[in-house]
Amino acid sequence: MIAPGITLHGTLILGETVLLPDLRLAIAPGRWTVLLGPSGVGKTTLARLVAGLPTGARLEGALHADDGASLAGRVAVMAQDDQLLPWASALANVCIGDRLRGMRPDANRARELLDAVGLGALADRKPGLLSTGQRQRVALARTLYEDRPVVVLDEPFSALDPVTRHAMQDLAARLLAGRTVLMITHDPQEAMRLADAAWLIDSTEGICPLETPDTPAPRPVESPETFAAQAALLRRLTRASALSAGIAA
Amino acid sequence: MIAGAISLRVGRACLSTATALLGWHLIVHFTGAPAFILPGPLDVGRALHDNAALLLTQTGFSALNLVQGLALGVVLGVGTALNLALSPAARLFLRPVLIFAQAVPVFALAPVVTLWLGYGAPSKIVMVALVTYFPVASAFFDGLMRLPPGLADLAQTSGAGPLRRLIHLQVPNALPALASGLRLSAIYAPLAVVIGEWVGSSRGLGHLMLMANGRGKTDLMFASLMVLALLSLSLWATVETFARRVLTR
Repeated sequence: MIAPGITLHGTLILGETVLLPDLRLAIAPGRWTVLLGPSGVGKTTLARLVAGLPTGARLEGALHADDGASLAGRVAVMAQDDQLLPWASALANVCIGDRLRGMRPDANRARELLDAVGLGALADRKPGLLSTGQRQRVALARTLYEDRPVVVLDEPFSALDPVTRHAMQDLAARLLAGRTVLMITHDPQEAMRLADAAWLIDSTEGICPLETPDTPAPRPVESPETFAAQAALLRRLTRASALSAGIAA
Repeated sequence: MIAGAISLRVGRACLSTATALLGWHLIVHFTGAPAFILPGPLDVGRALHDNAALLLTQTGFSALNLVQGLALGVVLGVGTALNLALSPAARLFLRPVLIFAQAVPVFALAPVVTLWLGYGAPSKIVMVALVTYFPVASAFFDGLMRLPPGLADLAQTSGAGPLRRLIHLQVPNALPALASGLRLSAIYAPLAVVIGEWVGSSRGLGHLMLMANGRGKTDLMFASLMVLALLSLSLWATVETFARRVLTR
């Protein structure tokens, strides 16, 4: 599996209104690219575009993998809502992709992946009997089971408590290493822990690159670089939000 | 613990039944209503005992038609819902017909059904099938179409075709809705049998009620009514148990 880079450029249009003009986004192969920005700016729309999901918006421009092949069938998605089947066990949830494609599910591999996310003992439980954090682990195991070179993460950890969130960030960084990851987040700390590259999306300024620490991701929460980058990012986000509020008023 | 809860419920049911019977007895006693207008519970009990064999055979006929009609209605309703969910063309043509057909009071069709199918079992079976078909078809279809957006995304990213999406996601997701359709059907079905038998028949509980009424045997009519209530209750309990065990998660 060779993870491709992804290039996206053009204008994102919703109905008659321009949602994001002059987009230029380069997602590096095999790295974590993080998108930040105020709510409603179109981050999720971008993520869905990359994943090939219906968005209601249209992109006038181009979206393609750098290796020239189509992205269809090469992207796995993990969302804030875990999207688990409430009637199926954790194990059946992990290998639902194969069932949906009409292929024989590989229960052994699904078990290994549940072990890898620390849920081996709960393989037979239904999602209703799992905590939010455990459900996100199942969703992560399912994403890994799909074994796609590109992974889109749309605020996957935002509903978790801080301790669980940090554990999940480490786990995801370890297990998704080598894949091209596009992550949407609201959380400056999460962004600065995990990003190899980060972009700020803003309806007025468009899309602009953000500084990330030089140290390799995932960075420890308590390291000075993470702290400093997080603080700088928070200042930047505050300024952007004040700016757009000023324009709106 | 569970046995205790059950015996508590049975006890409560016995108590309320006994209270109702006593109330009935007192009303008859104090109003002095003649037995051909309102027989007392003891008269009805005697009629039940004296006509046990007759009641049993007639109930047998009605129950058989009831079960056959219910099975037919449910199978057709489920089939229609699946077909509508799978085929946009069928939705376009069949859905308005379904809505129009639902506006026709099905019970009012009984004379027509009897005219076409005669006094025998088929007209009763079709009546039951008609009244059970619509609740099942519309409730199940609504459930099939109400797939949570996250699961629709999952189907798309996994590369599921329409049939597998239906089998693995839409149908399991719609089972609770099917259960509510079935519950409604179980309430309508005994009514449909009796109305079918009233319009024209040579046997069954509805027929027995007409005969008893015509001959001034009000106690036998009430006895038939009791048996009918019991039949309805046991059908409802069976469907309820099935719905809870199999269809809800």
